[in-house]
Amino acid sequence: MSLEKVLFGFFIVLAATLNFGFFLGAIDRPELHHVYELAAALVVSVIATVLKFGDRTQIGAIHLSTSLVADLHLIAAAITWAFAIHVTGEGMTPSVTSSVVSLSGGALFANVVSVIILIIETVMLRR
Amino acid sequence: MVNSAFFIVLRRMRAPIIALVALYAVAVFGLTLVPGVDADGNPAPPMSFFHAFYFISYTATTIGFGEIPNAFSDAQRMWVIVCIYLTVVSWSYAVITLIALLQDKGFQNTLTVNRFMRRIRRLKEPFYLICGCGETGSLIARNFDRIGQAFVVLEKDELRVQELDLQDFKTDTPALAADAMLPDNLLLAGLKHPKCRGVLAVTNDEQANLGIAIAVRLLNPKIPVIARARSPSIAANMASFGTDYIINPFERFAEHLAEAVAAPERFRLVELLTGLPETLIPEPHRPPCGHWILCGYGRFGRAVAERLQAAGTTLTVIDPKQIDADRNIVGDGTEAVTLRQAGIDAALGIIAGTDDDVNNLSIAVTAKQLKPELFVVVRQNLAANGELFRAFNADFCMVPSRIVAQESIAILTTPLLARFLGLLHDQDEIWCRALVFRLQAICDGMIPTVYGIRLNASEAPAVWHALMYRRGISLGEILLDSTDRTQSLAAVPLLIERDNDVYLLPNANFKLVAGDHLLFASSLAVLDKLNLTLQNANELDYVLDGENDSGSWVWARLRRYRSAVRPQDVTTG
Repeated sequence: MSLEKVLFGFFIVLAATLNFGFFLGAIDRPELHHVYELAAALVVSVIATVLKFGDRTQIGAIHLSTSLVADLHLIAAAITWAFAIHVTGEGMTPSVTSSVVSLSGGALFANVVSVIILIIETVMLRR
Repeated sequence: MVNSAFFIVLRRMRAPIIALVALYAVAVFGLTLVPGVDADGNPAPPMSFFHAFYFISYTATTIGFGEIPNAFSDAQRMWVIVCIYLTVVSWSYAVITLIALLQDKGFQNTLTVNRFMRRIRRLKEPFYLICGCGETGSLIARNFDRIGQAFVVLEKDELRVQELDLQDFKTDTPALAADAMLPDNLLLAGLKHPKCRGVLAVTNDEQANLGIAIAVRLLNPKIPVIARARSPSIAANMASFGTDYIINPFERFAEHLAEAVAAPERFRLVELLTGLPETLIPEPHRPPCGHWILCGYGRFGRAVAERLQAAGTTLTVIDPKQIDADRNIVGDGTEAVTLRQAGIDAALGIIAGTDDDVNNLSIAVTAKQLKPELFVVVRQNLAANGELFRAFNADFCMVPSRIVAQESIAILTTPLLARFLGLLHDQDEIWCRALVFRLQAICDGMIPTVYGIRLNASEAPAVWHALMYRRGISLGEILLDSTDRTQSLAAVPLLIERDNDVYLLPNANFKLVAGDHLLFASSLAVLDKLNLTLQNANELDYVLDGENDSGSWVWARLRRYRSAVRPQDVTTG
C-alpha cells in the first residue's frame, strides 16, 4: 500500500461523491443545491485531474480525459452560476438552477466513468 | 516519444499545481465565510464565490488591484493576510519547480533528442549518416559540407558534438551525442529515412563499426554501408555479412606505397583523382625500388611488408616486440646504432611505421641525419600531430584518418570513379603520365573534383530534353563555356558509361545518347558552370547554337511568327 495510491483513489471517489451530493435533489429548486457543494466538487475535481498528469499508459490517458470532461462541465456550471448572480442579476431562478445542476449531472457521469475505470484497474491488478 | 517532454513537465509539475489548487481553494472558501462591511460601517454578508475568486486571482499573482468591490472589514483583512502568504508561496514553488525542470539534464536531453528527430524527419535532400565524428568523421563532414552534400552526425562524445556546432559549416547539420552502436540511435538518426543514402561507420572503436555495419545490414539492407576496420579479423567479419566497402587504412596505404614503387605515374594519377578535392596537389612521390628498412611490424608493418615485397623490394624489419622481425637487431630504430646495424648504408628507403608518433618522428629524423638522400615514409597516428609532421616534411606521410576520408568520399560521391580506377590497371605509364599532365593543367595546383553526371531528366534535364526531342549532341559541345562559347570549359571527361559499355577518355566528337553516365574531372567552379549548361535550357541553347534568347513563351511565339513570315530570315538572336 502506498500513500500515492490512497490519495489517487481518495480524490477520484471524493470528486464523484461531492458531485453526486450537489446533483441530488429536484433539479429546479435552488435551496437543494448549495453553491459550496459546487465549489468543493470543482476544486476536488481539478486536484484529481492534476493527480492523473503524466501517466502515459492507455488507462492513464482515459483517466485524464474523463477528468478533463468533468472539469469542463463543472467550470461551465460555475460560470453559469456567476453569470446569473453577478452579471445579469436574475438570481437562482428555476431555469438557471436546472442548467447549473444538469451541467453538474454531466460532470457526475464523467466522474462515475472515472470511478469505474479505477475499479477495473484495481480488479485487473493481481499483485 | 515526440511529446515525452510534455509528459515529463506534467508529471513534475503535479505537486506544485495541486498545492496551488488546494491553497486557492482554502483562500477562496475562507473569503466566502468571513463577514464583510458596507460603506457605512454596518456588517454586510461575506463575499460571494465569484468576487472571492476574482480577489484571490489578482492577489495571488501579486497584481494587487486593492479591495474590490468594497473596502474590507478587519476580519476579511486578517484572512487576506493569510491568503497572500499562502498563495504567493505556492506560486513561487510552482515557478521554481518549472525553472529547475528546465535546467534538468535529463529533461534537456529529451528536448535535444526531440529537436534532432524533428530535424531528421524534415530532411528533404538525400543525406549520409556519419557515425563517429573523430578525425576521420570530421574530415568527411567538412568535405561533404564543401560539396553541398547533406549529412547527419552521430557521435558518442558530447564535447565533439559541441565542437561540431562551432565549426563553420555552410549548412546546419543535425548532430546528436549518442552511441551509434545502439540500433535505436541509428533509427533515430534516420537509418530508415527514405532519403538516407548510406552509412559511414568511422568511429575509433572497431567493435562499434562492426556493430553499426550489422545493424545497417539488418535494418535497412538497401543502403550501402562503409566501414573502417584496422584488424583483418574485423574486416573479414564485416565482409561475411556483406558490408559494401571495408576500408582498412593500413592495407590501403600499403597498396599505395607498393603502387608508387611499381608504377609511379599510375599512382600519381590515382592520387590526383582520389585526393580531397580543392586541396593542394601533393609533391610527386618517387619511392625507389631496392632495399628498405621497416620499423614497426604490427598490423601496419605487416601490410606494408607484404605489398612491398610483392612489388620487388627487399626489407629489413626492426621491431623488438615481434618474434618474426629481424632478431639480430637490438632496439626499435630510434637510435643511430640500431639503424646502422640494420644496414642503413645499403638501404634506399625507410618506413617509420610504429603506432607512436614521437617514435616515428625520432626514427625519421635519425635516419635522415645518417643518410640525407634516404626516402623516408612516416606513419602519422594522430591528426593533432600534423604540425610536427609538416615541419619534418617526409617524402611520404601516412595519415589513417585522411586515407579513410578520401576513400569514402570518392566511393560515395562518384561511384563511376571506382570503375575508372579499375580500368587503369590495363593502361601503361605513358598513358597515365599524359593524363596526369592534363589534370594538372586544369586545376591550378589544386586537386580536381571528380564527379559523375547522368544525362537523365533529373540530373541534366536540358541536355536530356535536347537529346530526346531535338538533335544529337557531341561531348565537345556541352563542354563549351556558357559565358563565352568560343572558349571550352577546363574539364577532362574521363569516362562514359552506356549500358554495359565503357568509353575511356572520350574525345570531343563523341556522340552523346540520353542516359549516358559521364565522369568528369575539373575544379568546383567549372563544375557549377557545367551543371548550369546541363540543367538550364537557355544556357544550353546558347552553348549549342549561340542563341541568346529568354525562354519566355511570348517571345518564342513572336520569333516563330517572324520566321514563318520571312523564312529566309534565320533568327540569330
